[in-house]
Amino acid sequence: MRGPALLDRTGWLVFAAFAIVALAIVPALATLPSADSALRLPAYLVPLFGKYLCYALLALALDLIWGFAGILSLGQGAFFALGGYCMGMYLMRQIGTRGVYGNAVLPDFMVFLNWKTLPWPWWGFNHFAFAMTMALAVPALLAAAFGWLAFRSRVTGVYLSIITQAMTYALMLAFFRNDMGFGGNNGLTDFKEILGFGVQAPNTRLALYAITVVALGASFLLCRFVVTSKLGRVLLALKDAEARVRFLGYSTARAKLFVFVLSAMLCGLAGALYVPQVGVINPGEFAPGNSIEIAIWVAIGGRGTLVGAVLGALVVNLAKTWLTGAAPELWLFALGALFILVTLLLPDGILGLAARLRPMLGSRLVPAREQRR
Amino acid sequence: MGAMSTDPAAMRVVTALRAVLLLLLLALVPLAAWAADLDETLAALASGGFEEREQAVATLGASGDPRAVAILQALNDGTLLVTEDKHIVIGKDATYLDALTGNAVETSAEPERIRVNNRLRNEIEAALAQLNLFSPDPAQRLAAASAVLHAPDPAGAPVLEQALAAEKNAAVADALRLALAATSLQSGDVAAKLKAIHTLSGSSDPEIRRLLGEVADTADAPQIKAAAAEALRAIARRNFIIEIGANIFQGVSLGSVLLLAAIGLAITFGVMGVINMAHGEMIMLGAYATYVVQEAFRAWLPASWFDLYLIAAVPVGFLTAALVGAAIERGIIRFLYGRPLETLLATWGISLMLQQAVRSIFGAPNKEVSNPAWMTGGFDLAGGFTVTWNRVVIIGFSLAVFGLLTLVLRRTSLGLHIRAVTQNRRMAAVVGIPTGRVDMLTFALGSGIAGIAGVALSQISNVSPNLGTIYIIDSFMVVVFGGVGNLAGTLAGAMGLGIANKLLEPFAGAVLGKILVLVGIILFIQFRPRGLFALKGRAVES
Repeated sequence: MRGPALLDRTGWLVFAAFAIVALAIVPALATLPSADSALRLPAYLVPLFGKYLCYALLALALDLIWGFAGILSLGQGAFFALGGYCMGMYLMRQIGTRGVYGNAVLPDFMVFLNWKTLPWPWWGFNHFAFAMTMALAVPALLAAAFGWLAFRSRVTGVYLSIITQAMTYALMLAFFRNDMGFGGNNGLTDFKEILGFGVQAPNTRLALYAITVVALGASFLLCRFVVTSKLGRVLLALKDAEARVRFLGYSTARAKLFVFVLSAMLCGLAGALYVPQVGVINPGEFAPGNSIEIAIWVAIGGRGTLVGAVLGALVVNLAKTWLTGAAPELWLFALGALFILVTLLLPDGILGLAARLRPMLGSRLVPAREQRR
Repeated sequence: MGAMSTDPAAMRVVTALRAVLLLLLLALVPLAAWAADLDETLAALASGGFEEREQAVATLGASGDPRAVAILQALNDGTLLVTEDKHIVIGKDATYLDALTGNAVETSAEPERIRVNNRLRNEIEAALAQLNLFSPDPAQRLAAASAVLHAPDPAGAPVLEQALAAEKNAAVADALRLALAATSLQSGDVAAKLKAIHTLSGSSDPEIRRLLGEVADTADAPQIKAAAAEALRAIARRNFIIEIGANIFQGVSLGSVLLLAAIGLAITFGVMGVINMAHGEMIMLGAYATYVVQEAFRAWLPASWFDLYLIAAVPVGFLTAALVGAAIERGIIRFLYGRPLETLLATWGISLMLQQAVRSIFGAPNKEVSNPAWMTGGFDLAGGFTVTWNRVVIIGFSLAVFGLLTLVLRRTSLGLHIRAVTQNRRMAAVVGIPTGRVDMLTFALGSGIAGIAGVALSQISNVSPNLGTIYIIDSFMVVVFGGVGNLAGTLAGAMGLGIANKLLEPFAGAVLGKILVLVGIILFIQFRPRGLFALKGRAVES
């Protein structure tokens, strides 16, 4: 038994339009017009767009578990940061002798701390494939262990939110310690090359951006596949009445564990794509506030829609960039007001608003509207 | 002359003069024999070689004579002079005072300085330390006694006994007894040594442990070796217990801070079920209210009233946070009952706005909130473990707030209404309880208590717009760990986490200890998903 189609016709059209804009028009504007032309996309915008798309991927991952399985994890930032650290470690190993101390094996901060050998968590991270596997595997393993414990003992709702928050908080404290061997306070930075290409080079940045677009698109389709599958039906059902689904004979813990791990891997992927484009990863990424902000993107875009999560992340971050430049002291007021207004007035987010304003157009874009209590 | 009091050389001269004055008073006492001895010693000091001088300095040190202090200090400073007719004087400014009588002495020729070398200087220091045992200042006597303890010399024993006999101050007497024991450990018969070991085992001074360790390794008599080893074990045991006790006290102290921070949340989250992420900002508002009250006291009230500002800040902090809380409940939260995750996001938004508002009004840097005089300082409890007053006050205050809140919930009609609405909102409405008003008052109560917590926490942490974010996660941990909807659980949770944190700290370090506690809570929730003291029955389902 399959649920609705992967995407309906309008959906595929929107998807294709997004793909064309992101993969053809943006790169074309960034390279083709001459440097002083008004049409030319400024160079700094490419990694900025890449960063937004990483956030969108993060929001997508949260929507998968919050919108469809009712798991509001406030620890997604931890999986994101872990993926980022895996990529950061690879990039650190690539610096080689070009570091300040010129040590071929040890990153600068280890030389500075007077360490003699590479600690074991760093082994193998000079290989790109290994590092990328770890960027997915480490978050997946943490999520599997954490989720197995939590879902097995039926920790749900608010309690789950709070212990996921405790998890990311504990990780933040841990990564701030120099003894952990991940650069402490300063994190990992000063990257030079990825796979032999300079990370600062315009073409590398464009390529990273394009890879992010593809990753986001593929992840979106994967999430759609999951939520339209039979498993997706079970998830939706257990969001509303977990005990009833359990009585019907489904293993709710296993279903939740599956999406939780999948979501963590998507977060890890987002982190791994984020780090080379931003050029730094530090323990601040584990801050509980960051994870809560992800929830806000999802809520603003429209929870349980996947598209809405992507939209919310893009809109909020565009607004943030604009407002922190134009009126920095107003940004927290605006963000706070947005949190309050959206939860009070727009329980279904921007997409829900669109659906209410234009019933004939918007309804098809909102596949899984939440049942309001 | 203002410089007089700050210049160390001048200070020494003043001390010397004071000693001379004392000497004049003491001249009434029949000290003729001593005076004769002193004359001889001084003569040796003036005419002998360095060896004779050393001897003389040692004699002066052992004399216990207050005049010797001035003489030795003068010798050390190079102001002890000898005139042509072998008269020993202390030079001060352009005049010369007789070293023994303090009378001014007229000289025709420039007197000659009595020279000292480094070795002699060390002797002088030791002799002065011995003489300081008789200083009128108890702190100086205590310092002198511990100096002797650190370099025990059997020759000094008679002086120590003399000092001990005259000592009135209990702390100094204890130190003297230890010093005496340390000297008799160096010489003396077996019985005296055993007695000395027994006396020394009562102290936690690391120097004494070193001394005893030496004895345990090198003593000739086996019973002394055994006694020293046993004394060392006793000291180690006692130190361990003191350390555990100190850790537990610090744990209780941290626990009371956590209790203060979490107790308001136990109302808003625990009783009402509102995931109040703005709770930390209520604490922050209380802290800023304290700051405002402090500034008001500084500006408008006499300085002698200033120490009372903290007491005045308690109701102000409560009202400020309670009013803001009531406004938040009526304006936002009441529309979100039954949607806990949305409440979480909305209150997070509120917390961002409150932080930014405070930052816009007061500025981003930390505000200085001073401790009133009655909260500063502390007292020494045992084995070098100091209890500070602000910790004691905060422990007492948090327990008082907790007790008061329990009374409000158990004994007042508001408390009755709160409990009724919590248990069954609809039924409570049916019997005529104004549930909306009760919600508002409950939230205001929880916020107000967070404000009171802010008043107390302003005394121990930085008052900044980020104050709340420091405490919010810990507060949630306490409430979840203790069990939602249960005040006793909050108390147990706060104390348990505080003590666990401080007991882990010596082994794991502060940060790792905290991480371990967090991991412990995460694991604990797996086994008791509803906390230490879980509610039973129907409330569990909601």
